[in-house]
Amino acid sequence: MSVWVQLAYLIAAILFILALKGLSSPKNARNGNLMGALGALVATVAVFFSGIGTRNLPVILIAIAVGSIVGIIASRRVKMTAMPQLVALFNGVGGGAAALISVIEFLHAGEGSIPALIATVFTVVIGAISFSGSIVTFLKLQELMTSRPVVIPAGRWITILVAVATVVAAVWLVISPMTWLLIVLLVLALFFGVLFVLPVGGADVPIVISLLNAFTGLSVAASGYVLDNVLLIVAGTLVGASGTVLTSLMAKAMGRPLTSTLFGAFSAKAVTAAGSGEDRPVRSAGPNDVAIMLGFASKVILVPGYGLAVAQAQSTLRELADLLTERGVTVDYAIHPVAGRMPGHMNVLLAEASVPYDQLKEMDEINPEFSSTDVVLVVGANDVVNPAARADKTAPIYGMPILDVDAAHQVVFLKRSMRPGFAGIENELLFDPKTTLLFGDAKDSLTKVVAALKST
Amino acid sequence: MSPEIGLLTIFILSIFVGFEVVSKVSTVLHTPLMSGANAIHGIVLIGGIIVTAQSESVGVTILGVIAILLGAINLVGGFVVTDRMLEMFKPRAKAPAKEDSR
Repeated sequence: MSVWVQLAYLIAAILFILALKGLSSPKNARNGNLMGALGALVATVAVFFSGIGTRNLPVILIAIAVGSIVGIIASRRVKMTAMPQLVALFNGVGGGAAALISVIEFLHAGEGSIPALIATVFTVVIGAISFSGSIVTFLKLQELMTSRPVVIPAGRWITILVAVATVVAAVWLVISPMTWLLIVLLVLALFFGVLFVLPVGGADVPIVISLLNAFTGLSVAASGYVLDNVLLIVAGTLVGASGTVLTSLMAKAMGRPLTSTLFGAFSAKAVTAAGSGEDRPVRSAGPNDVAIMLGFASKVILVPGYGLAVAQAQSTLRELADLLTERGVTVDYAIHPVAGRMPGHMNVLLAEASVPYDQLKEMDEINPEFSSTDVVLVVGANDVVNPAARADKTAPIYGMPILDVDAAHQVVFLKRSMRPGFAGIENELLFDPKTTLLFGDAKDSLTKVVAALKST
Repeated sequence: MSPEIGLLTIFILSIFVGFEVVSKVSTVLHTPLMSGANAIHGIVLIGGIIVTAQSESVGVTILGVIAILLGAINLVGGFVVTDRMLEMFKPRAKAPAKEDSR
């Protein structure tokens, strides 16, 4: 391999480090991302000059072109609300690619040295787990399957069995490399990935995506060892390490112990049932009542949630906020760290609707304000304001910091139905005497409230 | 220094760099950072290119092409989607933006 290719790899590695650095600060984030893309371009051009030969060159170029076009179309077309599952999907295919490369290298080179075999086995196992796990998170977030934790009978024992079998097959493969055993290992790891993610639900899903992201990074690093490619080692390790940090930061921001996410599959925790509260009385009101409550308040806090985003009602909410501000009402937006589906997701969605940045208040900043607030308007959020996170030790969200909406004088929920939120738990606050509910699609309801407010 | 130790050194140092660069990220950027890191491991694409270019059998070539496809989707899609997220963070004028009537 020529010195120039090595240097190009070095430049790409530096650009990747600068990319991660840039992405950590709001000011340089976009440039950071562009630097990462530049690094990827440099490396991809360089690899063709690394003496790999010209065999299969046309198919390689076609595959790159097709993959790039699919990637661009998918990411340009995706709705902002569906972004988290697209990231999960991209992560999964990356893990799949790493696993495939090691499989090919195994078939191609056959028995290598022990360290190379260990790296191969590692890539196949971790890459496959990341692939199947990411597909399941995608299905959960896309709501193609239930987003609640799935507990299969005796699931814990099946998981332990599959985990043990995977480790045994992995060790065996290192000792005696055989193709059929590699396929068995691949299947076991894919199966384990599914079992690993199935019991995860609600707010833990983004944490799992981040974790699987780190996994893919590590498997890419190991595939770099198999191929003796320094850039893959550096890039994969960078993502593995930073992804691990990010996973623990996210877990901390949500008040979730990381171990419960990691080992959820191994424990047979029962999930709090949705309760029998469906028949309990709630107080519902029409758009006019809500408009009057808001219009004559002096301080209002808006709590946007995923339901707002799904209904594409961001700009209508902003219109309502502008209208209230004109009437002299103090209006703030309370942003829970995991409002939406991922940390920072809601900020992106509201920024898209041109909500002024200084009106967005983070949880720690806004929580003391609730007790002096007349009306809190909760639009399509549920779990992040559920007092069960404070009180009910059996609730899956127990321990997650929440917005202290229940401290306000009055609370208005805009909800489609009494259906519980993403985590699938009943919200006691809905039955509180100071709570008013306005049923309907968030955009419809907000439009009606805005119209009513204009005529008040 | 043996090549193995050289690679090990690179591996260990990369771990420290990875830990260090993201240790002070604000909550707002968690999602774009995860997405950007996700794009970076798409560089596994070059691994796919290397194995496919050396392939001598049709079966391996097919597997290699699949790996390239997946890697390219991860790499290119990852950077584009991250850019779209970050587009939203660009500083805007203080005055309320024009009414968008969707």
